[in-house]
Amino acid sequence: MNAPVANKLVLRRSYFEASARARVAAVLDAGSFREFLPPEASEPSPHLAVLDIPGAFDDGVIVGSASLGGRPVLVIAQEGQFMGGAVGEIHGAKIVGLLRRAVQDKPAAVIFMADSGGVRLHEANAGLIAISEIMRAVLDTRAAGVPVIALVGGSCGAFGGMGIVSRLCSAIVMSEEGRLALSGPEVIETVAGVEEFDSKDRALVWRVTGGKHRYLTGDCAELVEDDAASFRDGAIALLAGWQEPAPASSTLRAEQARLTERRQRFAGLRDGLDVWQALGVAEPRQIPLMDRDSLVALKKGLPA
Amino acid sequence: MEKLEFRFPAQPATPAAGAALCGVVGSGNLEILIRPGDEADTCVVSVKTSARGFGRIWEAVIAEFAARHAAGGTRIAINDMGATPAVVSLRLGQALGEYTGGVQ
Repeated sequence: MNAPVANKLVLRRSYFEASARARVAAVLDAGSFREFLPPEASEPSPHLAVLDIPGAFDDGVIVGSASLGGRPVLVIAQEGQFMGGAVGEIHGAKIVGLLRRAVQDKPAAVIFMADSGGVRLHEANAGLIAISEIMRAVLDTRAAGVPVIALVGGSCGAFGGMGIVSRLCSAIVMSEEGRLALSGPEVIETVAGVEEFDSKDRALVWRVTGGKHRYLTGDCAELVEDDAASFRDGAIALLAGWQEPAPASSTLRAEQARLTERRQRFAGLRDGLDVWQALGVAEPRQIPLMDRDSLVALKKGLPA
Repeated sequence: MEKLEFRFPAQPATPAAGAALCGVVGSGNLEILIRPGDEADTCVVSVKTSARGFGRIWEAVIAEFAARHAAGGTRIAINDMGATPAVVSLRLGQALGEYTGGVQ
């Protein structure tokens, strides 16, 4: 058998399908991860217990320290398989605690592996407060000069409050399989009707929330293959030479103006296909079929 | 949710780690946490499961596990979201493998 080909087949490990613990092991430097509040020391959610639902020992999120490409980082990894990665009180407190530690310890970065539908509705206000505390803590961490890099490529994507949190991060690394938006497809369909959005149309869902769309519209900085090693390389490449900008109202105003202009420009467009056409893509229907490298090359050639 | 407690005699385990976790609390899956127990020749298991009324099947699966493996001196906690008996057996073996540093 041809050895290099065999190795290539063996080495590819889907990030989408991996558990949070498997992602932590594969993305960070081998053996470098030290968990804070490991399962035997953490508390499962008291709210789920009251509702008679089995909790998870780590409440669906893993936090700790590690190194990435030899540089010290702090790490957050949400487990999308447990309650859709939803943020409850303890889950949120672990994330906020980690981000506050980053302000204190000043690691090279915080790596935030988001995989979540947003607030854990079972925990109501506690979950909502947790999300708002995470938002504040992400901004505090960045203001302290520590970049927060979101990795979005899990089965739950980053929706609801976690969609906002991801966009508050310094930059996002995404795979085509990843999804990023505010209201989830089923929420939109429930609220506004199937004429507004058909959540069963998976191709449509990916055309308006998926990694390729977010890459073309500039919402994610890096597009990578659905492979833990590619996420690792993408995060290392982003961090090399990254200088976290000091917060300034002028930057915020410029970003607000850019988003307002974008909203006007794409107003009324119903599908990613229309947006890509407006961005100058000659054959939008080819986008979903393209591989990652071709899409990156195509984006380079688009009008600024 | 149903809470179940079991105690079975078992040959003493030789731990390689302070604790071991295996699996995820997702649909049709479960997580198992193994920690050191108080009695070297007893395996103490506590289960929280979303599926009610399967106590006798849990008992049979865990008894078989305790009889086949050196799992004494352990305290095993399980959070279950409707895993089948085959998955439970698989995960128990996996978790004990990690706890004793053997095959995973």
